[in-house]
Amino acid sequence: MPNSLIKKKSRIQDTVLYICIYFSAAISVLLLIGIIGYVLVKGIGSINLEFLTKATSAIDGTTGIAGNIINTLYIIVITLLIATPIGVGSAIFLNEYAKPGRFVRIVEFTTETLAGIPSIIFGLFGMVFFGNTLKLGYSILSGAFTLTLMILPLITRNTQEALKTVPNSYRSGALGIGATKWYMIRTILLPSAMPGIITGIILAVGRIVGESAALLFTAGSGYILPKTPIGYFTKIFESGGTMTIQLYLSMSKGQYSIAFGIAVVLLVIVVGINFLTKFLAKKFDTGRRD
Amino acid sequence: MMKNVKIKTRNLDLYYGENHALKDINIDIEEKAITALIGPSGCGKSTYLKTLNRMNDFVNGVKITGEITLDGENIYAPGVDTTLLRKKVGMVFQQPNPFPMSIYDNIAYGPRLEGIRSRLRLDEIVETSLKQAAIWDEVKDRLKKSALGLSGGQQQRLCIARALAVQPEVLLMDEPTSALDPVSTLKIEELADELKKEYTIIIVTHNMQQAARISDRTAFFLLGEVIEDGKTEQMFSVPKDKRTEDYITGRFG
Amino acid sequence: MKANTNSSVMRSSQTKVVVENTAQIIFTICAVVAILAVFSITLYMFLKGVPAFADVGVAEILFNPVWEPTAQNPSFGILYIILTSIVGTAMAIILGVPIGVLTAVFLSEVAPKKLAAAVRPAVDLLAGIPSVIYGLLGLMILNPFMYKLEQIIFENSPTHQFTGGANLISAVLVLVIMILPTVINISQSALQAVPKSLKDASFGLGASHIQTIFKVQMPAARSGIVTAIVLGIGRAIGEAMAISLVSGSSVNPPFPFNSVRFLTTAIVSEMGYAADTHRMVLFSIGLVLFVFIMVINIVLTKILKGEKHDA
Repeated sequence: MPNSLIKKKSRIQDTVLYICIYFSAAISVLLLIGIIGYVLVKGIGSINLEFLTKATSAIDGTTGIAGNIINTLYIIVITLLIATPIGVGSAIFLNEYAKPGRFVRIVEFTTETLAGIPSIIFGLFGMVFFGNTLKLGYSILSGAFTLTLMILPLITRNTQEALKTVPNSYRSGALGIGATKWYMIRTILLPSAMPGIITGIILAVGRIVGESAALLFTAGSGYILPKTPIGYFTKIFESGGTMTIQLYLSMSKGQYSIAFGIAVVLLVIVVGINFLTKFLAKKFDTGRRD
Repeated sequence: MMKNVKIKTRNLDLYYGENHALKDINIDIEEKAITALIGPSGCGKSTYLKTLNRMNDFVNGVKITGEITLDGENIYAPGVDTTLLRKKVGMVFQQPNPFPMSIYDNIAYGPRLEGIRSRLRLDEIVETSLKQAAIWDEVKDRLKKSALGLSGGQQQRLCIARALAVQPEVLLMDEPTSALDPVSTLKIEELADELKKEYTIIIVTHNMQQAARISDRTAFFLLGEVIEDGKTEQMFSVPKDKRTEDYITGRFG
Repeated sequence: MKANTNSSVMRSSQTKVVVENTAQIIFTICAVVAILAVFSITLYMFLKGVPAFADVGVAEILFNPVWEPTAQNPSFGILYIILTSIVGTAMAIILGVPIGVLTAVFLSEVAPKKLAAAVRPAVDLLAGIPSVIYGLLGLMILNPFMYKLEQIIFENSPTHQFTGGANLISAVLVLVIMILPTVINISQSALQAVPKSLKDASFGLGASHIQTIFKVQMPAARSGIVTAIVLGIGRAIGEAMAISLVSGSSVNPPFPFNSVRFLTTAIVSEMGYAADTHRMVLFSIGLVLFVFIMVINIVLTKILKGEKHDA
């Protein structure tokens, strides 16, 4: 039958492309498995109680990253304390107050730009502005201010996305029964947008934990634990390297067991953050559907 | 009686998961004629249309039993290449869906799939197809412009031209005018009437007048079953089944 | 004023107005922070980056290949550094984009739903891993491998300077991994945004699945894929820590087995000890990088705008 519907030719081109597609996907997945596996194998041995609870000290003969863990926590908390209100406020402005026009375009463009600036540039800026001009030097505060600028777009965008999903009927409903706009935002919008805001915050934590180039010349590389209770306060004016910075410094010095130990800790945090955002996204989704 | 049967459907059942969407369908489609499939929403007429070029294959959890033969060949037989089938059985969709490329590239898309590269040959196919679809005069000066710039009615005729460019034998039209204005609708109807000289056309429509105006034969679907099928004149004047009469006189649907 | 005294409704509405206005002002100020930040970053990059150009000379920095900032007679040419960033980024894009786009095709079109659902989180995870970890792995895995390769290839070469495996290729491979998640995620959402009706139209004309993907869906998703590429370029050209130890520590022309410095790695590795003019030139390098990034950002904004225009 000349006109049969039975396959006449196999399409070689199709087969080749299928192979390329499967090959690429396999590379992407194998890379991840390989990376995680390698880090775990190399680093798990470095992890023990001392490693996590003591600072490295030649006098005590201890090796540990407790100081870096504390520094990381400081920077996370301070950065989020500043960046969250500003980011959320900016999103509320863009979504609820602003009328389309030049100003909004500029705000949106600069937010996009901030998201696109590489962290090394933030590092340079932080070093000269917060470090030199504001005389903060190498300090946790200087690092936290620098990171604030860096994660601002993340918080703004996630909040904006969340605000966009709040149905307009909620707004008109609240305004219609005499609520003021601010009251409506406080009682209706922010609670509805909360999962989105929290997602933004968690992603920001991930960025901060993984950041290095922006911190190297701002927060510096101190790794000791504060000695006195007062020291826990004055710490913010002192140099303090996060775990990621310590990882970088350790590997520059060839201390690979410390480097891999930190890498394991960081991977655990990253995996945790991924699960948390997935979980929240799911919860947010089902919440919307109801 | 029919002159020539192009497509035979025998004991066709179709399930979407648990849902029995088509129940024991038996219809013959006449060659080079227009067959209209009518019935209320969700009656299975569009689903049946899509079984004819196996577009249902993409739906998850679909199960099809029975037999559909095109020129005597079972299109659900193992080894059938659906791409060859769909070249023979073209389709025009409810919403005009031109590709986001030029008018020329839209029409040349199908021929290029078959490996036709010659500029002259493609020019010829594009012109013939657009003429067949009665849109050549409107677009001949802007073939390189994006197809998205055309009006809805023009886009639909472009889609018909695109389907014709692969030289199908059968043309399936799934409510091709439901998204169009009355003037464009009329143009598509005239076009269908013209095209039936060369093609076997099956059209799904919600519009009773349209079915009566353009089709030679009509099949009435209800709840996944064919209640009645036959010559259009006969069916619209003396329907055999009470339900058919109720539907075409507008008592439900 | 008179109305106030006999109408409590009016009074309370006035305090409300104050609160309302204050809220609006505060939110506006929040929005201004982003503008201020970009403005001051730009200002400082220029303030710090320009003086060296004035002192040393534009051509002496930009078009001079000799980088000897600490020599008796110092030379501050960053030509090779700029070229390394451009060539390295281009190579990473050439290698990474096909893999990334095809993986996106796999996830959105080819893979069974369950497999795609398993692979997607893996890609997200790849995006979340800190860049220093990639650097660490590059140092431990890629460099020794490259060193072996180097020893074989240049066994009899009298001129080759051995690098111990820290070379351009190692850096490019690390960059490829780093841009993959960006390219995959953005291409994937672009592909998924292509209307199903186009896919149906293509199948209806007898196209195979692969033909439909490559001839209809990818062209329709073009602007999204271009966005992915531009973002990938931004990510690659701006990456510092992952490649700073992997790429070597001397300035050379960007050939595969050379030890090289990128714009970013030059800053990271020398800022710690640089002084005077050397330090100023490092800021000029920062400025060059900043200009590259701003150009990329503007291109991106244009693309996204064009996309809105089409729709």
